[in-house]
Amino acid sequence: MSATLTMVDRSVRLTRRNVDTMIMSVVLPLLMMALYVYVFGGAIDTGTAYVTYVVPGTILLCAGYGAASTAMAVADDMNSGMIDRLRSMPVRASAVLTGHVAASVARNAVATTVVVGAAVAMGFRPTATLLDWLLAAGLVLLYVLALSWLAAGLGALARSVESASALSFVMLFLPYLSSAFVPTETMPAVLRAIGDNQPVTPIIETVRGLLTGTPIGSAGWIGPAWAVGLLVVSFVFATTCYRRRTTR
Amino acid sequence: MILEATGLRKRYGDTTVLDGIDLAVAEGSVLALLGPNGAGKTTTVRILGTLTRPDGGSARIAGFDVSTQPRRVREAIALTGQYAAVDAQQTGRENLTMIGRLLRLGRRGATTRADELLERFELTEAADRRVVTYSGGMRRRLDLAMSLVAAPRLLFLDEPTTGLDPASRATMWGAVGELVRGGTTVLLTTQYLEEADRLADRIVLIDDGRVAAEGSADELKARVGGDRLDLWFADRERLERAAVILDAAADLHETRIGLPTDGSAGQLHHVLDVLRAAGAGPDRVTSHRPTLDDVFLGVTKRTLVTGADR
Ligand SMILES: Nc1ncnc2c1ncn2[C@@H]1O[C@H](COP(=O)(O)OP(=O)(O)O)[C@@H](O)[C@H]1O
Ligand SMILES: [Mg+2]
Repeated sequence: MSATLTMVDRSVRLTRRNVDTMIMSVVLPLLMMALYVYVFGGAIDTGTAYVTYVVPGTILLCAGYGAASTAMAVADDMNSGMIDRLRSMPVRASAVLTGHVAASVARNAVATTVVVGAAVAMGFRPTATLLDWLLAAGLVLLYVLALSWLAAGLGALARSVESASALSFVMLFLPYLSSAFVPTETMPAVLRAIGDNQPVTPIIETVRGLLTGTPIGSAGWIGPAWAVGLLVVSFVFATTCYRRRTTR
Repeated sequence: MILEATGLRKRYGDTTVLDGIDLAVAEGSVLALLGPNGAGKTTTVRILGTLTRPDGGSARIAGFDVSTQPRRVREAIALTGQYAAVDAQQTGRENLTMIGRLLRLGRRGATTRADELLERFELTEAADRRVVTYSGGMRRRLDLAMSLVAAPRLLFLDEPTTGLDPASRATMWGAVGELVRGGTTVLLTTQYLEEADRLADRIVLIDDGRVAAEGSADELKARVGGDRLDLWFADRERLERAAVILDAAADLHETRIGLPTDGSAGQLHHVLDVLRAAGAGPDRVTSHRPTLDDVFLGVTKRTLVTGADR
């Protein structure tokens, strides 16, 4: 436990000091949101103010951008002397992964707060009760954890920091093929089939429903089920990749 | 013996990287693994440091088996790898306290230990600067300090001074000397003869995954015999002919032939006469006390520095 706490402490400190990472995970989603709201928003009809529509998707998009940083940080440790130092010490060296995942959660908490704050400034008016906020935050947390473990696994798999970042960019595209920015009904049939059946859409619909009172329907259980399922798979994937990489 | 290894073998795919390495290190001594790039030094250290499993052979450190009791081995060792394992975006002090906390010294204990080590490695002034601002020598010192947080019984240093300027190298040598006086056992690898000569009680020459020779620096030099005669050639063709005539190991990179000598004028006359008669006379003649380089050249027919084949 003390090893895990120490590594969490380290990763959070490193992430705070990494300007690229902070820009990537906070400023970029913010710019994207502004772009969507002010440039495309007028042309997209979602039945509500576009900023209200786009907030849940932007929050999930943050997690995607943050994941690239997590994958790179893990790859850096796995390909530098750090992992060897830890493995030659009488400590549980895999705590290094937990540290980076925790830092990713911390980063996302900051990014989400900033995004929601900026959205309010752009006219976002949530109708959520405290309980709704907590449920939405819980679901987003599950999603962020799942993506972070997936990213940690990719980082352990990659032979270099560059390829880790390339691998994790796939995660950025899921939100675009979902109901994050436009309702899936407006998509061509093939894309719509993908959009309706991938994990991000029901998670976003659930968060949207909780925050702004839109109907949630079956997304209310499909979304969380996806999030939990993804988390389990990602965690197993990450530990497997780590173990393969460090098998003596 | 704090470390005993027998018949260590390692293959990567079709290449045999270690082909039966035997090592023994007495507690409190310094052993140098000396060999050119690619000889298998790092692989050996990684096996002994519980990072890699050998394909054959076994090793015990502080009485524990490296393969089956890695956890116990890790409590006795510390490893400073070939590339500095420090967080560039943490300060020197933060790097050290991180290791202390991992080793369960507690917050207070870790802070105290960090202060001691910063002082000892002359990093106190830079302690609260991020490591990105450190010079190569400072990074290496911090790296070494991080390995000493737990006061290991056996310390592995993989090429501790490769890439350092002479001043930083001297500082590292001083630090290793001090450690050894404090009772720590050290196993270091190096490509530098001078380093092995200066620091090690025993030297193991390793070449192509095998032990080529071992002993103290003096014992190894004694194997070469007395003083060495160097014949220098401006052109390679003459050098090669002379090498055949004298049946001696030639150091092609340096365009030099090395011969044992008893220091007599008679021997010198004889060698020069023979070579001149064959039209293969040298351009310059010098002599020197035997060095480890001579040992290496004699044993492996290769120069250590360049690794160039004869
Ligand atoms: N993980 C690995 N996979 C494949 N080959 C390796 C690996 N590690 C080392 N080698 C090879 O083993 C040989 C010895 O390497 P190493 O132990 O690093 O030598 P040294 O430290 O003496 O320079 C080299 O030829 C190197 O290419
Ligand atoms: Mg090496």
